[in-house]
Amino acid sequence: MSLLKSGKLVDDPWTHWPDDQAEPPEGPVIVTLKRWREEKPRLLARGTPLGLKLSSEQTPGEIHEDLHHFDVIALEFPVFTDGRSYSNARRLRQRYGYEGEVRAVGEVLRDQYLAFARCGFDALEVSDDETEKGYQAAMSAISTPFQPALDQAPTAMSLRQRRMQG
Amino acid sequence: MYTYDEFDHALVRERTEQFRDQVKRRLSGELTEDAFKPLRLMNGLYLQLHAYMLRVAIPYGTFSSNQLRQLAMIARKYDRGYGHFTTRQNIQFNWPKLSDVPDILDDLAAVEMHAIQTSGNCIRNVTADQFAGVIADEVDDSRVWAEIVRQWSTFHPEFAYLPRKFKFAFSASEHDRAAVRFHDIGVIAKRNTEGDLGFQIMVGGGLGRTPMIAKTIRRFLPAQHLLSYIEAILRVYNLIGRRDNKYKARIKILVHELGIDELSGLVEAEWERIRESDLKLPDSEIQRIRDQFAAPEYEDLNDDDPAFAAHRFEDRDFARWVSTNVAPHRQAGYAIATISLKPEGGVPGDVTADQMDVLAGLGDQYSLGELRATHEQNIVLPNVKQTDLYDLWLALKAENLGTANLGLVSDIIVCPGMDYCGLATARSIPVAQRVSRRFADLDRQLDIGEMKLKISGCINACGHHHIGHIGILGVDRKGEEFYQITLGGSAGEDATVGSIIGPALPSDEVVDGFETLIGTYLDLREEGERFLDTYRRVGLAPFKAALYQEKLHVAA
Repeated sequence: MSLLKSGKLVDDPWTHWPDDQAEPPEGPVIVTLKRWREEKPRLLARGTPLGLKLSSEQTPGEIHEDLHHFDVIALEFPVFTDGRSYSNARRLRQRYGYEGEVRAVGEVLRDQYLAFARCGFDALEVSDDETEKGYQAAMSAISTPFQPALDQAPTAMSLRQRRMQG
Repeated sequence: MYTYDEFDHALVRERTEQFRDQVKRRLSGELTEDAFKPLRLMNGLYLQLHAYMLRVAIPYGTFSSNQLRQLAMIARKYDRGYGHFTTRQNIQFNWPKLSDVPDILDDLAAVEMHAIQTSGNCIRNVTADQFAGVIADEVDDSRVWAEIVRQWSTFHPEFAYLPRKFKFAFSASEHDRAAVRFHDIGVIAKRNTEGDLGFQIMVGGGLGRTPMIAKTIRRFLPAQHLLSYIEAILRVYNLIGRRDNKYKARIKILVHELGIDELSGLVEAEWERIRESDLKLPDSEIQRIRDQFAAPEYEDLNDDDPAFAAHRFEDRDFARWVSTNVAPHRQAGYAIATISLKPEGGVPGDVTADQMDVLAGLGDQYSLGELRATHEQNIVLPNVKQTDLYDLWLALKAENLGTANLGLVSDIIVCPGMDYCGLATARSIPVAQRVSRRFADLDRQLDIGEMKLKISGCINACGHHHIGHIGILGVDRKGEEFYQITLGGSAGEDATVGSIIGPALPSDEVVDGFETLIGTYLDLREEGERFLDTYRRVGLAPFKAALYQEKLHVAA
């Protein structure tokens, strides 16, 4: 796995801590909601940065009061056709004002990069053969979006309105 | 009509390039069929029984003569010389080669057309009343709102992988010509007592194996909130719509399981947070879109043109065509002409490339270059001068397009069925053809009166059988085709799901059975009653008795 953070391939400082592994990996870890609920005091006592992974079945609403504990929220795409995490990302940003990293994990494919960015994801766990060039190509596939989202790109409507007024 | 600007042009061209790359990756083996499937489906490309099928969007059914000429060119160059109009105002090509599809999309883009979101679990092509903008009984031109929603839904980043497909339909009239109550979201424009424009929003209608009539989630939504409100509905559906079973994944099941009140509560809570966002429509944007649908330059004419009256008097066949296929226009001296794509024994909805060229020419000559596709698989010329109707009809007749059967027995909605479709369990087109031949006598059809016959080749109900006055569903019984008959459905404002009459009939008895039902109605009907009225008055029993007694009689 490689990490694309804001379009750059970077070393991933985070390690996933799966539920079936008793002892934590070194350094910053991303835990499941189950572990967080069961081991919250222990996790906080470690004193290392924490991330949380939500499956597509789980929603940020279930945990919104704890969001400030996490520097990363990883939202899962168990298959790329399960689109729930797009809405969960928007709610994280829009409704709960979460400003940390929102990371897409699971089946994360190039044809979806633009949608990830527009829904508030800023980090993607991608296959090792992915390149920054590939990322840029995917991001420039559609130059002007036709609906407002979270990426601040001017929409066709706003550009048309500006032109009419200008 | 809506005309693309540089943003629309860029969008469809970029989409074509993206798809060209995806096809290239598929042909080279970089993408497996499993990975390619959701990508091609997002672009209207299905793999059917015998070949790929490309579904081209005709947003809200409005298109131009130039666009139709290009469709004819595509039918000739890349297909087998014909296309098929569907129940969602799309046109399908049945035989394209995968390697040609990017070029077809280029040719479509050249005339401001595309195949974006005509399949897949996303927001599909938006449909609308085919008479929008030219009929007197509407409170607004529903194409304005359908276009606004088309733009918002195009590549919506959040809603490309919904639990299941999602269909919008728009109407602005008490009279529902777009089956809005059988869509995932039906939008009906209304004016409140202050005269402000808004929408009744209905949600959770649909056909398939669980037919349901949409329920009203909001009685009156002020117009500027349309996008924020539907985005709230879609977000809630995307998150909690069922994904464990594809047959329970449509929003109708969510409405059914949750109840409309609970769903409404969730939607309103979401909407409260986004209603004042960038989704709120500025008046200037609504006006900008509205200007695109401004009425064309009509001539100053009067109704009751003497020559038109004389032709009707002198030519009985023309008079009959006018009575069935022509509707009143909002503009004096004009008419709305619906061209039946249901000639005797034909394949409903099929049009040859030559016929497309003729229709395009007639659209230019008689309808200000504009045409419409209807969900009942016919074509409308929306702007015909009454004085031109006779010449138009003569020209149509010469091309086997002048059949005077709109709304009658042989104006049948039918899905492609097992002649094309990989999901079908029986053939549907041949049944429609047999009915059409049996009832070829137009006098007899006129005597029977309004009859909405709808035929599906499987339980997915693309042929709308649940909402036919009489519906026919093809089923497979140990390798043999049987047909289950439903009575009393309606797609209109009196939305009703039909009732199954009894055991399915074998293929060779289904047309006789249909004729028996028609005969029973003719025996029972009272003055002025349509089939549907008689059925509603007397119920299923007399029809059932006639159908199955006749069967016993035949067996004896």
